Amino acid sequence: MNYSRILRIAWDGLMLNKVRSFLTTLGVIIGVASVIVMMAVSAGAEAAIEEQINSLGANLLIVSPVRGIPGASRTLLYEDAEAVGETVTGIVGFSAEQTPAPQTIKANGITLESIAVVGTSADFPQVRDYPLAEGTYFSAEDNDRKLKVAVIGSGLAVDLFGEESALGQTITVGSTRLTVIGVMASKGVVADVDYDGRVYVPINVVFQKFMTTSLMNKDSVRTIYIKVESQEKLDSVTLQVRSLLAARHDVDPAKPDFTIQTQQDVIATQEATTAAFRDLLAWVAGISLLVGGIGIMNIMLVSVTERTREIGLRIAIGAHPSYVRAQFLLESMILSLAGGAMGVVIGVAASILFGAFGGMRTQIVPLSIPLAFVAAAGIGIFFGYYPAGQAARLDPIVALRHE
Amino acid sequence: MTASLIEVKDLQKVYGAEEDSAVYALNGMNASVDRGEFAAIMGPSGSGKSTLMNILGCLDTPSAGQYILDGRDVSRLSKDDLADVRNQKIGFIFQSFNLLPRLSALDNVMLPLLYDTRAAQTQETQRQRALAALESVGLGHRTGHHPNQLSGGQQQRVAIARALINQPPLILADEPTGNLDTKSSVEIMDLLHDLHKQGATIVMVTHESDIARHADRVLCVRDGRLISDGRGGNNPCLAREVSA
Repeated sequence: MNYSRILRIAWDGLMLNKVRSFLTTLGVIIGVASVIVMMAVSAGAEAAIEEQINSLGANLLIVSPVRGIPGASRTLLYEDAEAVGETVTGIVGFSAEQTPAPQTIKANGITLESIAVVGTSADFPQVRDYPLAEGTYFSAEDNDRKLKVAVIGSGLAVDLFGEESALGQTITVGSTRLTVIGVMASKGVVADVDYDGRVYVPINVVFQKFMTTSLMNKDSVRTIYIKVESQEKLDSVTLQVRSLLAARHDVDPAKPDFTIQTQQDVIATQEATTAAFRDLLAWVAGISLLVGGIGIMNIMLVSVTERTREIGLRIAIGAHPSYVRAQFLLESMILSLAGGAMGVVIGVAASILFGAFGGMRTQIVPLSIPLAFVAAAGIGIFFGYYPAGQAARLDPIVALRHE
Repeated sequence: MTASLIEVKDLQKVYGAEEDSAVYALNGMNASVDRGEFAAIMGPSGSGKSTLMNILGCLDTPSAGQYILDGRDVSRLSKDDLADVRNQKIGFIFQSFNLLPRLSALDNVMLPLLYDTRAAQTQETQRQRALAALESVGLGHRTGHHPNQLSGGQQQRVAIARALINQPPLILADEPTGNLDTKSSVEIMDLLHDLHKQGATIVMVTHESDIARHADRVLCVRDGRLISDGRGGNNPCLAREVSA
């Protein structure tokens, strides 16, 4: 028996009802497209999270104040960060950071509006794994002395000074004149932060010059990043920092007015937001594929009933029941695979559009395409088996009398 | 090789499993048809002639007894083996033609070749054979037509070409003129006569004595048994029709 000819018969059977065949595949199309999009969204989210880790640097603890706790009048202060640096063992360094409102920057006859200014302490490049391209970063002493210096992002350096070296130039940030002593290496935009377009200033200068309107303590910090020597010391350092800060803030260590997160915690938060979306798509995909499969089974059963006489004749003139089964199984597989192919096209297109306009990063996973086809073929076989069996079991005597 | 193409011995077909409710559609049927014979099977409805026809066509199997077709006992074969017997040994002609509406006359004729498990022929050989079969029934000029473009008589001729394509030893015709007008009926019977003259063995079920008279023999079936085997006035099946 020539299977290419059974395939031909199956194909002709489907072409008999083109619209119906197409509608039958819709469920599989949606299901497969959802699988592709789902995997693209997951991969995109994973890539974003990985970038985030890289942007933070390895073995990092992130200490931030808890806002809105009744009685927590004290917030995280710069002295807290210094105390951590002095007393906690097992750390490479710390970087206290504070971000004032964006400032206007003037230099070299150019004015730039709304530039992010970040106050940091001296260990910032080391703690955040973010090296300099040229010049030096300010020292702890520079910070203590509130030296009017700045290190600028590589993009900002080009915007302000072009080909010229930025080192030694003077920039006016808000109303404060600062001398550029370094340019950071290019890092690009990571997790929505344009590292290359920022100005890095000693945090004490920020307290003095840019936080003057703040109602909070003038030396409060937004975040303290602590770089730990090794992964194994993360727990010990976390404990030390917690008891130290709790004592300094005079709060119960079990109910602190600050949080200490590891990168894993940050990643978990990130993943939770994308996981919800991914789970939704997984449900859509699963239900669509199930409904699509049932739709195929339904149409195949209708088709077997409609073509009872044809099946009866084929069996009467010598078709083995297995050939009849193969014919109908092939029909349902063609339906599901065609649906799979269209679903792949739509899924890939949707992933690209989603990434471009949907505000969600997507990355098409090549493996998802063969996976989708395997799923589609599986559905065709699984849901086509029963109708094909019905066809193969027909009694030719009864089938030929069917009206 | 025996002279008999068909031999049935003590053929029984029972419907219903229980002793008291069992219905004997065939109850000890004995008959034989020789090679080259043209036999008609007649009988009132409920006589068991349809059951006999189904068993002779290997579409059904007897409950007891033997059916020997072309020297082989086919009464206890598997479904697949029966399918091969139908494909290679029997050419079916149905009352309602049973052509596939989507296929051209030529493709309809080629259909049995698709399921032939013997050594495969090339597509071209199959086409040539189908064309020759259509020529032989006088439809060489209608090969590309679909069934709905053909008259009833023409459709039945396509069906006959389909029955001939595998050169089976037995042609089984079930009321071949039942759906045709008188003129077409005459044409079809002439065609069957021609086939018979060329040596084909034909078994035909009919309830019309006019049609049955075309055959060499008329097997008259009643109550699941053969009650008369011959032609002329002494055959109750023919006589009844004549007197009616």
